[in-house]
Amino acid sequence: MTDIVLSIDHLKVALPAWSDRKFAVGGVSLEIRQKEILCIVGESGSGKSMMGKAILGLLPAPHVRAVGGKIMFEGRDLLELPDDDMRAIRCGRIAMIFQEPMTALNPLMKVGQQIEEVLEIHTRMTPLQRRERVLDLIRDVHLPEPGRMIASYPHQLSGGQRQRVVIAMALALEPALIIADEPTTALDVTTQAQILHLIKELQRAHGTAVLFITHDFGVVAEIADRVAVMRHGEVVEQGVATQVLRAPRADYTKALVAAVPGLKPRLQELDADSNVLLRVTNLEKTYRTSSGLFGGTVREVHAAKKINLELKRESSLALVGESGSGKSTLARCVIGLESVDSGLIEIDGERISGRTRAELRPFRKHVQMVFQDPYASLNPRQRVGDIIALGPMLNGVSREQAIAEARELLRLVGLKPDAVDRYPHEFSGGQRQRIGIARALAVKPKLIVADEPVSALDVSVQKQVLELLNDLRKSFGLSMLFITHDLRVAATVCEEIAIMQRGEIVERGATAEIFAAPSHPYTRSLFEAVPGREWISSLD
Amino acid sequence: MKTFWSRFLGNPRVYLGLLWLGLLLVVAIAANVLAPTDPFAIVGKPMAAPGGEFWLGTDSLGRNVLAGLIHGSRATILIAVLATLFAVAFGTFMGAVAGYYGGLIDDVLMRFTEFFQTIPSFLFAIVLIAILSPSALNLVVAIATVSWPPIARVVRGEVLTVKSREFVQAAVVAGQGDAAILLKQVLPNTLSPLIVTGSLLIATAILAESALSFLGLGAPNVMSWGFMIGAGRSFMREAWWLVTVPGIAILLTVLAINLVGEGLNDALNPRLADL
Repeated sequence: MTDIVLSIDHLKVALPAWSDRKFAVGGVSLEIRQKEILCIVGESGSGKSMMGKAILGLLPAPHVRAVGGKIMFEGRDLLELPDDDMRAIRCGRIAMIFQEPMTALNPLMKVGQQIEEVLEIHTRMTPLQRRERVLDLIRDVHLPEPGRMIASYPHQLSGGQRQRVVIAMALALEPALIIADEPTTALDVTTQAQILHLIKELQRAHGTAVLFITHDFGVVAEIADRVAVMRHGEVVEQGVATQVLRAPRADYTKALVAAVPGLKPRLQELDADSNVLLRVTNLEKTYRTSSGLFGGTVREVHAAKKINLELKRESSLALVGESGSGKSTLARCVIGLESVDSGLIEIDGERISGRTRAELRPFRKHVQMVFQDPYASLNPRQRVGDIIALGPMLNGVSREQAIAEARELLRLVGLKPDAVDRYPHEFSGGQRQRIGIARALAVKPKLIVADEPVSALDVSVQKQVLELLNDLRKSFGLSMLFITHDLRVAATVCEEIAIMQRGEIVERGATAEIFAAPSHPYTRSLFEAVPGREWISSLD
Repeated sequence: MKTFWSRFLGNPRVYLGLLWLGLLLVVAIAANVLAPTDPFAIVGKPMAAPGGEFWLGTDSLGRNVLAGLIHGSRATILIAVLATLFAVAFGTFMGAVAGYYGGLIDDVLMRFTEFFQTIPSFLFAIVLIAILSPSALNLVVAIATVSWPPIARVVRGEVLTVKSREFVQAAVVAGQGDAAILLKQVLPNTLSPLIVTGSLLIATAILAESALSFLGLGAPNVMSWGFMIGAGRSFMREAWWLVTVPGIAILLTVLAINLVGEGLNDALNPRLADL
């Protein structure tokens, strides 16, 4: 076959001796054909990123290195190629799009210069030709006002715009292959939808082959021609996208597909007359950044504007919005980590806003929080038992009893009770999040604020943690304020949804009603942006 | 992942450093047994070359150089370690408070720290000794006073990053008080860079102590390596051993501390060392 752009033949990438397994990639064979998008799907640790890096010779040698197999590209084995030839191939023939556009761009160089630099190094264009080409590229990726755009610095652009610049750089030399490593993971849902659309459009227009690395089956459904599913450094299944998505053969693929949260709304289960636990009235919060000791106010961000909210006892409400919508600010005000400018927050009829930290202490046991990042939310120098027992002990429970309760809680969240004597680093991300949940439950709160509790987890783990939260809610009689950017997640756990945009709640109602007929245009755009929407609906 | 101890002790340079420091510690503790006579006592004829009756010779007044070296290790190590402990304690306090509370408190404490940083540290130490009069305690005070600012900077930086981590917020939500959060949640997570900086600071303190003693600003009637070099410098051409022997002792000690410090750094920050 002549239309094969890149063929990977039994590639093996070795990990350093102290790792938990020997090979990051253990004998993978793949082919990427012209004009196709091949998606590599896998959970974290599956070796999918290492494979992408191996193609471009970007492995962190000497500890991680390719030890076997071939990567054939345009008749040459990339693993055998000397550094100089490899440099010409990078960017020139194979380009890369990274996950985090901010770190992929030089913060001290104007965007236009950065794109031009690529042309300057790899081509013999005159300065005038280069400038023309840069403007063309900027137009190609649909950035507004190309003239102004090339004179901007990366920090002046939004995340989506930065990713467009990175894509423009990747396209600058018309490469035969683009490797995109989770290019939309750091972006908001609506931006993600636009970037996916752009990649697909450009790929069709330029006839480029794309190796797209992702963990999200929704994204796969949106963009892939062919799919390869990876696990523990091996390909467990590969084939045409429609076949893998609709009729997966391998058990692992089936499990992954089943774990994708559906768009089926949760039904209102509670009686309408149950009383209100949390009431937020006219909440206002503005952040002001000042410059140094003598500087005045430099920037103001209105994070919450006249927010009104009610949460009934034993129900759960999802705050859905994109980054910067003020949803986290609202949560932090409710939990008392942030003071409010004006407005009222009441829990069980008691005012908790406007109190000092010392005054807040008696109310702390009513509201607890589950944090986003399972790696940052547990103190690495404390034993799990001490982490969980801290809250009860501050409330006057003896240490022996608090540790005994911690053992019971660990059992409830699906861990072994003897985990109390171990340190957080001995647990995986999902297990750590269970420990975080156990900690929140330890003081028997009435309300749990969960700030993106599953966004840092793999899809299959996500599902388990969501199910756990659901079960515990029922058995503990908890109410939950659930913050998420993902409508799919909101639908599986919450009876009610409030959509936030730029510090305001634009739509609020029962999940089922909003899913049936979203009324606000922003809500509708969120629905349209859900990756793989048609495919997900077809699964239900 | 290998453990801290296997990474630390698997490093041959650390062994060399620990070997020398261990030897030094034994000598310092057992100084009165190893060299029972007063190091200031005149025991033989002046300027006796090494290898004779006295292994390392005698100085211009006929004092035993080996005895001086043995007793000198006591003063040098004690003053350097004490000065470092004070500097680390004070620097940690300043840095931790500044980093944790931020805002105005941070501004005030850090400007105060900068005030100390802008004065050349050795000159500052000389001025302090000149004001306070030379004594062992004042040496400790002077060296500690000039060496705490870097510690405060390191701790403040670490506290700033650690305090933004979610487990600190979790402690706030649990209702833990500020002092307890700082002591139990934040500071234990700043230990690794603190240990590394602190261990290297001992080497700097030894050099500062020696330099001050060399200038005659050391503790009177206390034998120290710097004092020996200072006393022997005028006879360098006639009696090379008077300067060379304590000089090599200082060199080896500082080198050993640096080796151990680097080893600690590599062991505590394995990612930096390996990748």
